[in-house]
Amino acid sequence: MAMIEIKNLKKSFGDNHVLKGIDQSVEQNEVLCIIGPSGSGKSTMLRCINQLEVPSSGEIYIDGELVTEANLDRIRTKMGMVFQQFNLFPHMSVLDNLTVAPINVKGVSKEEAEAKAKQLLERVGLSDKVNEFPRSLSGGQQQRVAIARALAMDPEVMLFDEPTSALDPEMVGEVLDVMKSLAKEGMAMVVVTHEMGFAKEVADKVIFMDGGYIVEEGTPAEVLGNPQEPRTKDFLSKVLV
Amino acid sequence: MELYVKGFLIACKGIPATVGVSLFAILIGASLGLLLALARQSKVKLLRGVSAVYVDIIRGTPMIVQALIMAYGIPQLMQSSGVPFKWPELIIPAMIVCALNSAAYMAEVVRSGLQAVDRGQMEAARSLGMPKKMAMRLIIIPQAIRIILPAFCNEFVTLIKETSVLSFVGVIEITRRGALWNSQSFETFPAYIGVALAYMILTIPLTKLIGRYEKKQAVKGA
Repeated sequence: MAMIEIKNLKKSFGDNHVLKGIDQSVEQNEVLCIIGPSGSGKSTMLRCINQLEVPSSGEIYIDGELVTEANLDRIRTKMGMVFQQFNLFPHMSVLDNLTVAPINVKGVSKEEAEAKAKQLLERVGLSDKVNEFPRSLSGGQQQRVAIARALAMDPEVMLFDEPTSALDPEMVGEVLDVMKSLAKEGMAMVVVTHEMGFAKEVADKVIFMDGGYIVEEGTPAEVLGNPQEPRTKDFLSKVLV
Repeated sequence: MELYVKGFLIACKGIPATVGVSLFAILIGASLGLLLALARQSKVKLLRGVSAVYVDIIRGTPMIVQALIMAYGIPQLMQSSGVPFKWPELIIPAMIVCALNSAAYMAEVVRSGLQAVDRGQMEAARSLGMPKKMAMRLIIIPQAIRIILPAFCNEFVTLIKETSVLSFVGVIEITRRGALWNSQSFETFPAYIGVALAYMILTIPLTKLIGRYEKKQAVKGA
């Protein structure tokens, strides 16, 4: 059974039709990278998966279960989301950022949540920042904390919305490294990205979106190495220098 | 000089009443204001309407008029409809009016504070599976409070000064103390200078404190 199944997803903001019918699935252990020009609908598609944008029509299945308003909060705990702007909670320490949801949403004990949080921080290389506040961290560190925060809920799939786009160039690598190690461990991931190198190295499947449609999809070698559609070729010629 | 000191000391006797009414009003007002602000954002149209009308009425009328209605109007209304009712202490309607008043102002302050919290905060909280109410309680409101704190303290300073109108409905606070001494001694100038000084020793330290907090926040934000 697919981890994520998207069926005929459409989304409009007023007269602006951003998604015009998307069908896609993500298997367990699969890394799907979504590339495309800005305004192509790739972020909207990602945000529709966990209903931060409510689809205008179409269906989303997570683990075979249709997402509805009634089961949304529960299903969201299966999906970790990482944002372009990190969105850490600035009034909480790094540790509390990681424990607030497990404790309050899942009912995990404080001790257990903190032990797990420390383990995750070690994994993203930030053990020494447990008691810091987000504002004292660099962008790259904040994004790694954000990844750890999402992982603290034991998600089955991780959604990344341009996770390195707001970072200074020298910090992109440290975030991508964390993401690569996650992929290696078999985490299902959907990544909206402009990092073609990352897509090439890590993705099982790449989709190129433009104008609200999936224009082309396939393995990284197919889509990035030997694109068939003129729009894909045109886009790649601009981003791959 | 002696007269001024005396006037000041007499006015100071009113400080407990002034501060008591103001504190009660700001605390009740802030809680009620939070509810009004949340009602203002509610999906339920009726709640939004009630909140808006309440704020309009309170902000659209002078506090002295509200105080007169509460202290004298309501007992008269009840008595004329056969219910024997009298405020045991005039400070009670005074506190109620100040609290209701401050709630309307705090509602606006809280609303702007809630709106000032970045949208991404709610999204991050929801993406972690928090229901909306939990996200408000754990993530949005605590951040809004920090944003609101200076405005909250400013409202407290304003309240301290505004409670002076309560002297007209017979609450013996700072202004009333001075007025009473004036009517006995006819030392009008020392009496009211004393009153002014008594307010200043309350408001000026508070204002300085707010300024310091705001500076500190500005440094943190940078």
